[in-house]
Amino acid sequence: MNYLKTIINGIFKENPTFVLLLGMCPTLATTTSAINGMGMGVATMFVLICSNAFISLLKDLIPDGIRIPCYIVVIASFVTILQMVMQAYVPDLYNTLGIFIPLIVVNCIILGRAEAFAAKNNVLASICDGIGIGIGFTLALTLVGFIRELLGNGAVFGHRILPESMDMLVFVLAPGAFITLGLLIAIFNSFKNRKA
Amino acid sequence: MEYFLIFISAIFVNNIVLSQFLGICPFLGVSKKVGTAAGMGIAVTFVLTVSVIVTYALQIWVLNPYGLDYLQTILFILIIAGLVQMLEAVLKKVSPSLYQALGIFLPLITTNCCILGVSILVANGVYNAHGLEPTLLTGVFYAFATSLGFTLAIIIFAGIREQLSTMSLPKSMEGMAIALITAGLLAMAFMGFSGVDHGIAVAAGL
Repeated sequence: MNYLKTIINGIFKENPTFVLLLGMCPTLATTTSAINGMGMGVATMFVLICSNAFISLLKDLIPDGIRIPCYIVVIASFVTILQMVMQAYVPDLYNTLGIFIPLIVVNCIILGRAEAFAAKNNVLASICDGIGIGIGFTLALTLVGFIRELLGNGAVFGHRILPESMDMLVFVLAPGAFITLGLLIAIFNSFKNRKA
Repeated sequence: MEYFLIFISAIFVNNIVLSQFLGICPFLGVSKKVGTAAGMGIAVTFVLTVSVIVTYALQIWVLNPYGLDYLQTILFILIIAGLVQMLEAVLKKVSPSLYQALGIFLPLITTNCCILGVSILVANGVYNAHGLEPTLLTGVFYAFATSLGFTLAIIIFAGIREQLSTMSLPKSMEGMAIALITAGLLAMAFMGFSGVDHGIAVAAGL
């Protein structure tokens, strides 16, 4: 029951993109379409779950003074595994996401959860936290990608539904990423303010 | 002339923050005041230039000859983390005044994705060198120009945010929401530079 709460918590109350405001680089860069956003989200979720589990297992062995470098080594190992697996099985997605796959290492969400959650909780809870935050991140990226793809290319998951004359190309380009995410955060804030 | 092109295109046309989305965290996080933004920019310039030299050397002399490419990510991040620590220690001893100015930014730089990102781009030779061979010299030049682009963007952005902080905004737009929209407009302004590099290349007869 408690574990389920941890998962739900990661998706809504502590959504990494809209509430914690972490991991902005991949959120802006890889969301040119819904499917790319989702791919990036799932890739990050894999690293997050594995690193949370391992750091939680190793937390008593890692000396406090050098914990950050140790966390980075654990995270970087999983990112390397992910890179090889993606290169072998989904080369198209790997090429599209490009530099942002190795950059999962420096994604603040992963190091942040290692420090804030996995270093203090048991393995199962840490895995649940990884799943929750990972799903929250994936949903956020898919949502941003969905909006940008719909407005910029008139398509939903690659299927065109709006006529070409309605395309607003700026939304697939860099400025559209900033503006879409800014407005989405404003909408989330207004929901939060109304509740309070 | 090609070096000038690399310079212009890395600073204005393909600005690292506003069109490549690297280094967004410090861009949004340390841009409330022009002074701290400039400090962050200088610290990034310093660390990025040094780390590109070291990681490039590692790639050419260690990883490539021994077929250890798959260790790139893990080694680069460790090298950058170690380098930042070392720079901090050296600066403290050699130039305490510079350490005072940059000190608080240095630890933050380890997890700045523009350092690792540009190091990987240069080591793999996949940046736009405008017809030049991707060597150490062009790589370092590209990295230096890129970090100047970062500094320029963060200083402009901090200037706008300083003005914005005196405005009254709808409650839900405050903070990160308006910052992102401002960055979007700034990115749109930088889009005006697109094609400039091509124009210069044609004018110079390249």
